[in-house]
Amino acid sequence: MIAGPLLEVQGLTKEFGGLTAVRAVDFRVAAGQIKALIGPNGAGKTTIFNLISGALEPTRGAVFFEGERLPTRRPHAVAARGIARTFQLARLFGAMTVLDNVLVGCHRRGEAGWAACAFRTRAMREEERQLRTRAQRTLELVGLEARADVPANLLTYGEQRLVEVARALGMGPRLLLLDEPGAGLSPAEHLKLAVLIKRIRDGGTTVLLVDHHMDFVMDISDEVLVLSYGEKLAEGAPQTVRRNPAVIEAYLGEEPD
Amino acid sequence: MTAGRRWAILLGAAALVAAAGGFMRSSYLLGMLVFIALNAMAALGLSLVMGFAGQVSLGQAAFYGIGAYVSGVLSASYGWNPWVAMAAAVAAGAATAFLIGLPVFRLSGLLLAMATLGFGIIVYYVMVNWSGVTGGPSGLTGVPPLAVGPFRFDTDARMVWLAWGWLLLLLGLAGNLVDSRIGRALRAVHGSEPAAQAAGIDTARLKLGVFAAAGASTALAGALYAHYLTFINPSPFGFAFSVELVVIVVLGGVSSLWGSVLGAAAVVLLAEGLRSLLPLLSASRAGAEYEIVIFGLILMLFMIFLPAGLTALGRRPA
Repeated sequence: MIAGPLLEVQGLTKEFGGLTAVRAVDFRVAAGQIKALIGPNGAGKTTIFNLISGALEPTRGAVFFEGERLPTRRPHAVAARGIARTFQLARLFGAMTVLDNVLVGCHRRGEAGWAACAFRTRAMREEERQLRTRAQRTLELVGLEARADVPANLLTYGEQRLVEVARALGMGPRLLLLDEPGAGLSPAEHLKLAVLIKRIRDGGTTVLLVDHHMDFVMDISDEVLVLSYGEKLAEGAPQTVRRNPAVIEAYLGEEPD
Repeated sequence: MTAGRRWAILLGAAALVAAAGGFMRSSYLLGMLVFIALNAMAALGLSLVMGFAGQVSLGQAAFYGIGAYVSGVLSASYGWNPWVAMAAAVAAGAATAFLIGLPVFRLSGLLLAMATLGFGIIVYYVMVNWSGVTGGPSGLTGVPPLAVGPFRFDTDARMVWLAWGWLLLLLGLAGNLVDSRIGRALRAVHGSEPAAQAAGIDTARLKLGVFAAAGASTALAGALYAHYLTFINPSPFGFAFSVELVVIVVLGGVSSLWGSVLGAAAVVLLAEGLRSLLPLLSASRAGAEYEIVIFGLILMLFMIFLPAGLTALGRRPA
């Protein structure tokens, strides 16, 4: 058992030209937690996700996963370590079926190469069966098994967000990054999402999420980190953070929903 | 489409082709059938590159030429068994594509088009000027036909069987590939590259793989061409043929495998039609130059009015 945190972010800084989007942010995510990054628009939440997942290269600082430094600018290599993510605006493979979308998420669990796929070797067909079973189960977890053969772009917005979560779960990640999973969902869908995220955590996947919706975040998170203008404002248990004067001030004028 | 159904369709097509080779007597028509197969094979890989890697190669004729010359020179000048020479040609096509793709796919944008355009020109000049090996502009003669024991593929009808046999085999393998873990990854790259990367797909490596496979299949077509005509010179491997292959892919429908067959048939028939028509319209012998103008025009019209290609006509609107 590794004693340290699952994810450790150290002095993370990202400058875009003259603009500092993220400034010397440190935090840790312990295994088995649901942790939330919150803050007003432009606080740097999505930038932090892009830095962790390797889509962007930090100007300074580093991210460690299970004690090892994560590669930068090679998102597929970060995914290979066991970190999955969703996007703020769902990026599905629209022309592909829901099941195929989730199967793409299972890519790393398969090994069949070009020749094995072209000749449909016995091993490849067996692997394909296993991947399909896995993808089906993942769809059942998010409650979309009935939509498996529908092209993804024909789903409702709420369903598309769930497909993205299922696709991310396909690889069997140890850390799941959810970028505003609740954005644009109805209150009923929000409730279901909260249940799903807790179930994912209980299944052994650590969750780091970004969201605006205060009640939602406070309800499901074990720990909350508040960002403002790229800097860490507060961090801790939801109740503590909620009473923090600096946080109240930063959110002043905004709807404290 | 299930794998079983796919192979059933291919077997049906093979039966048709076998019958055509057996009963057709016109060597003109049989020759056209051979060229449809060769062009379709050369375009097949390109359609994967354009449809899945989202990039266009403007130098695909160079791989056709590399296939023809490697197989032709090794068998004619060095006495290699033609099948072994052909295998070497395919390996050369894949290796060259890999080396060109290596820097290109690490970067984004339409760099492949630029790189392959330059590459096509270089390969063409090597063929023309490296006379000691390639025979220069006057070409290379005495390329032996392929043979299995005493059975030589030296008639048009037998070449129809051979070329179409390879084409249908490649179509089957490509169909399997698209309908697999690798194929899903390719379609994912086409759908959203950042999302594919987040799923752990090394998109640069995947695109490189597609491009190398395209280099191999195009070189195979080139090698078959050399052993079919038994004579090669550089002129069919220039820029015009690269454009023709792009036209075939667009005409048939990007990322549709059967589209390359349909596109190749359309282009071969069209080229033959123009060849008989153009001398009537103009006294000069500039037929080939008019051909590329007309292909360019067709390319534009398809991009505007039928971007999904001819195969889209058979599908019901979604």
